[in-house]
Amino acid sequence: MSKIEIKSITKTFGEIAALKEVSVTFEENHIYGLLGRNGAGKTTLLNLLTGKLFPDSGEILIDGERALENDRALSKMYCMTELNLYPEKMRVKEAFRWSAEFYPDFNTEYANSLCEKFELKTNLKIRNLSTGYHSIFKIIIALSCGTEIVIFDEPVLGLDANHRELFYKELIQNFSDAPRTFILSTHLIEEIASIIDRVVIIKNGKIIMDDEVQNVISMGFSVSGSADAVDEYIKRKRVLGFDTLGNFKSAYLLGKSDDVPSSLEVGKLELQKLFIQLTNA
Amino acid sequence: MNFAEDKSIYLQIAEKIEDAILSGAFEEESQIPSTTEFSVNYKINPATALKGISLLVDDGIVYKKRGLGMFVCPGAKEVILSKREKDFFDRFIRTLLNEAKKLSMSKADIIAMIERGYGNEQNRN
Repeated sequence: MSKIEIKSITKTFGEIAALKEVSVTFEENHIYGLLGRNGAGKTTLLNLLTGKLFPDSGEILIDGERALENDRALSKMYCMTELNLYPEKMRVKEAFRWSAEFYPDFNTEYANSLCEKFELKTNLKIRNLSTGYHSIFKIIIALSCGTEIVIFDEPVLGLDANHRELFYKELIQNFSDAPRTFILSTHLIEEIASIIDRVVIIKNGKIIMDDEVQNVISMGFSVSGSADAVDEYIKRKRVLGFDTLGNFKSAYLLGKSDDVPSSLEVGKLELQKLFIQLTNA
Repeated sequence: MNFAEDKSIYLQIAEKIEDAILSGAFEEESQIPSTTEFSVNYKINPATALKGISLLVDDGIVYKKRGLGMFVCPGAKEVILSKREKDFFDRFIRTLLNEAKKLSMSKADIIAMIERGYGNEQNRN
């Protein structure tokens, strides 16, 4: 069981501050969703976590130990990234053997069983894999590596609906068999909304939300109806945003829905809607 | 399962299991699938599935046999039926009246429709 504490991390690239005084803790036994728009700072955060970048200030602790240039701390973590870190000429099965060298708990038998389920041929060379199978190859290594912390960065890139479904199911099965710390960084919020139990949202290099999904979606609600009726109701309310379609208007609000007039429809606040409203410029 | 519904997922899971018990798919004193099976099958967080099942444990609908898994309580059907009857007014009648109001339908219209519904049922039988 491992937990990650990120304490007041700042990282700048030239003039641009990618992360500003970011503090967040990833606890064990949870599946986190790490969400943010393009350029929000997600990948920078992951690169700092895994020691690929050094922070300007602040520190990262894994189980209380400083992670920076600390092999023991870093070996508790596996990060599946968008980039291919394996030699192009290597075959899939060789990559498994190689991964087992670096990750002592790598489960080759499990990796092979996943290859069968995803129909990935293990004697293929990595450079000959399609975009989708490239993602599958990386997913399989991440699921099989056996580390206490596993980070999935855009895991379903190029995967068809069947393979995405299979991935989500295998992910939950894997987590149930050996609860650890899973972090999913993705733009497909709707697909993971029921899988994650905690959500961290980054906007412009700052954490704007870090909470249980259940708390987040019960923070508010939506109302829809004629624009006049909606406008009247939302006076003096905490409004996150609107959608308008002609005279039909939906508003996303914080608070309780017990005083909504019967002329308006009340709906649930969905994670993706909330995300869009919170991260719109 | 349609998670777009305006109800928490754990409540929907609990309801699914209740429906399965009512339909006889899960018989009294028989074992139901594990939390993991529910969460994998419906692609939901294991904690959410557990929360749904715990709700049924609290209501005396399923119980845990140590080391074996979850089983349907004897008399579970009865419990679900009386609970559902209590919810019937809020879940269906209130919604029906709200929708009818929106469509400016009269009380007589609605009663006629209910009669027609029963008529169709009888024809089918």
